[in-house]
Amino acid sequence: MPPRASKRKSAPPNSSSVTSSDGRSVSSKAKIKGLEKIDRLFNTYANSSFGMIDPEGIEALCSDLGVDYTDVRILMLAWKLKAEKQGYFTQDEWQTGLKALGVDSLSKLKKALSDLEKEVEKPSNYEDFYTYAFRYCLTEEKQKSVDIESICELLNLVLGVQFRPQIDSLIEYLKVQNDYKVINSDQWINFLRFCKEISFPDLENYDAIQAWPLILDNYVEWMREKHS
Amino acid sequence: MGCENIEFDQGWGEMEKGIEKLKRILAGEKETPFTSREYMTLYTTIYNMCNQKAPHDYSEQLYDKYKKTLDEYITSIVLPSLKDKHDEFMLRELVERWLNHKIMVKWLTRFFHYLDRYFIIQKSVPALNEVGTTCFLNLVYEDVHPTIQDIVLSLIDKEREGDQIDRALLKNALEIFVEMGLGQMNRYQDDFEARFLQETTNYYSRKASKWIEEDSCPDYLLKSEECLKKEVDRVSSYLHSSSETKLIKKVQHELLVVYVNQLLEKEDSGIKVLFRDDKVDDLSRTYRVYNKISQGLDLVANVFKQHVTIEGTAFVQQAEEATSNQASNTPGGHEQVLVKNILELHDNYMTYLNSCFQNHNLFQKALKEAFEVFCNKTVNGSPSAEILASFADHILRKGGSEKLSDEVIEETLEKVVKLLQYVIDKDVFAEFYRKKLARRLLFDRGTNDDHERSILSKLKQQFGAPLTSKMEGMVTDVVLAKEHQSSFQEYLRNNPDVHPGLDFTVTVLTTGFWPSYKWFDLSLPSEMVKCVKVFKGFYETKTKHRKLTWIFSLGTSHINGKFEPKPIELIVSTHQAAVLLLFNASERLSYSEIVAQLNLAHDDLIRLLHTLSCAKYKILNKEPSSKSISQSDSFKFNPNFTDKMRRIKVPLPPVDERKKVIEDVDKDRPYAIDAAIVRIMKSRKVITHQQLISETIEQLSRMFKPNIKAIKKRIEDLITRDYIERDRDNSHMFRYLA
Repeated sequence: MPPRASKRKSAPPNSSSVTSSDGRSVSSKAKIKGLEKIDRLFNTYANSSFGMIDPEGIEALCSDLGVDYTDVRILMLAWKLKAEKQGYFTQDEWQTGLKALGVDSLSKLKKALSDLEKEVEKPSNYEDFYTYAFRYCLTEEKQKSVDIESICELLNLVLGVQFRPQIDSLIEYLKVQNDYKVINSDQWINFLRFCKEISFPDLENYDAIQAWPLILDNYVEWMREKHS
Repeated sequence: MGCENIEFDQGWGEMEKGIEKLKRILAGEKETPFTSREYMTLYTTIYNMCNQKAPHDYSEQLYDKYKKTLDEYITSIVLPSLKDKHDEFMLRELVERWLNHKIMVKWLTRFFHYLDRYFIIQKSVPALNEVGTTCFLNLVYEDVHPTIQDIVLSLIDKEREGDQIDRALLKNALEIFVEMGLGQMNRYQDDFEARFLQETTNYYSRKASKWIEEDSCPDYLLKSEECLKKEVDRVSSYLHSSSETKLIKKVQHELLVVYVNQLLEKEDSGIKVLFRDDKVDDLSRTYRVYNKISQGLDLVANVFKQHVTIEGTAFVQQAEEATSNQASNTPGGHEQVLVKNILELHDNYMTYLNSCFQNHNLFQKALKEAFEVFCNKTVNGSPSAEILASFADHILRKGGSEKLSDEVIEETLEKVVKLLQYVIDKDVFAEFYRKKLARRLLFDRGTNDDHERSILSKLKQQFGAPLTSKMEGMVTDVVLAKEHQSSFQEYLRNNPDVHPGLDFTVTVLTTGFWPSYKWFDLSLPSEMVKCVKVFKGFYETKTKHRKLTWIFSLGTSHINGKFEPKPIELIVSTHQAAVLLLFNASERLSYSEIVAQLNLAHDDLIRLLHTLSCAKYKILNKEPSSKSISQSDSFKFNPNFTDKMRRIKVPLPPVDERKKVIEDVDKDRPYAIDAAIVRIMKSRKVITHQQLISETIEQLSRMFKPNIKAIKKRIEDLITRDYIERDRDNSHMFRYLA
């Protein structure tokens, strides 16, 4: 789970009712059985007063799955669940997500996590996941940007494995610079582009005249000065 | 003739007779010209021999014989005649032989004409004429053309060096080269022109390297013009016309392009000297000569630009040094001189532009770029925008210290507007101008409304309304204030009981038009409090929807000082008046008492007290009488104060507004950039990054030049505020979000 950007300041989103069988066509017994299992799993971790899994529940889930709650795979799980609010899984999200994964038990979920990693790394999904990671950090109503420290941690989590040298250097810069205190989504999406397109560490094909965000222009300048 | 076939030998015998006769004629021997009868006989012989039935159709043999005849003639007569000749004589011989050959071919072609009609078409073989030329080509020309080329070239060289040569002979000789091409120019080009051009290049290269050292720039140009004329003449006299373009290009290159910088930058006679000595003819010649060379004017315009830049920069340097070397008695005096110099420079070079350079846009551009270099320099900390604004201010204040005529003022203001186009930070100019305009309108009694409006309209025309809208508002405010004042006077007359007992005038300024002024919560003397109250009452009868904020720092008071020697009228600011009037009630006041009574900040009060007690006019006595104000001082009215005048102005020290102006302008620029970007995005909807940047710069160019980083920053901000977004697939495209 990515670090929580802020304490729980706003109320969790409305949860759907637990029994949601209105208007649905008659499903087969097996399906109902599967759904029941998923629901049961949900209830194991859900906070009964809110009707959804809250941060504590997620921590418990993580420990049961045997992963650290700061592990990137939990973020991937959130992506697969299309979870809207950081730190919470609604029942709908849980149901849809687990169905999509094709799991209905904890052991199956554990296995599915490694498959999930591969799925995310597919080029068609990766950018979507990457963008999702940023959105997931927008915990406040109308929040558009994320603070630098959280961004650094997020970069490390999401891109650190694939682009270690770039991310390490970029994080160093973000921490020492003073021009920006927050990062917006446009800058975020360009970090990925930067890692993918710009040769490193020479940065030879970077041209500030192009449409790169200013923060990257500044970063490249800083890099070039350091190595001159 | 009968129906009998003619035997070949017999027929050919007849032809031979004719051929021999022809040869004799050509040799100049006494012979009668061909009669019609003779001609007809010869023609008919051929005709018959070609129309006989096979195997007596002798067309082919006759064709061969024709050729052989020519070959034999050439070999036996022509070649020997050329063998022992040299130089011009050889040339002459060749020309004559070629002429003869052509005559021979002409006659033979007539005799053998029937072959041309059918045989050559049937067999797809060259026509008789062509055969004739080819014979000469193969047997004579191929052999002699290198020698002929040498001879021709050496004659041309002789002529270039000044000797007279036989031009007609050369013309004829060169025509041979052309004709040998059989309709193409390749023999002329390969066997003569190529080397001719090369030798021409060498020749002029040598001359140029000599002349560039020895001759002055005007002389060199004259010589070059002469050479070019001569070469054109040469072409029309004896060269083939197709050589002209190539020839002239080579000559121009060697004489005028290779040494252009050395030539125009000559220390004692180059462009800068021509300008200095006003050599209009030489300058025009330079233009004329280089105009004929492709991209030649670029070279001249470049030197011109450098020259103007150096001159302008020298003036700037002068001003810098003058101010730092000596304390001038007129602050900014050197800057005034600088602007005058630059205006003069501009006038001069505009004249040259028109008289010598045909107002060509290359030179216009060069002038513009040169001026942009030195019109954006800072002189002694003062940015050029400020210097120009001060210059305009100086002129508009009662016509400047020289009391200029209206016409001259108008002209000068026009020129100032022209000069502004070269200044990049026009918004800085506008802000300085606005501040000075405020002072003129409020404090300078002699401002000429017409001139003020005239320069504003000129500025508006050149640079658009955004630059001048606030200033126009200011001028209007002052005009309206006068109207207001008369209705205020009427109000006072109609309400005599509220009259404060003082003469006073109020000028109402529209916020937003005028520069922002610091507001002081000054405690007014009671006399003035009354005035404020009365005006407020009056103003509310006019409009209830406006709020009045009193800026006493801009006010002026006339106070009668009852000094013992003689009474003197003091013209002071309202703040100063407030201080002085305190002394009507108390003879002696300490600094802290004054502070308490007036409610002013320390910095401001210290400045005021300084002007009243430590500066030129000691209206108050200070204890202790040190040179500066300290918070422990005390003040007394100075009854012994006097001056030779009956009325004096006690000035306030000028405040350095430069920093604030630049700060204010810098603060506003991001908003201007935002507005431009949004405007562009709204109309284009989708646009590339590059285009957005360049259009933003263009849109703002009338006010200032934003740098790319600043624009990028605003784009980022606008993305965050959801005005625009980056395209998902195309990372260098932006889209407008409605």
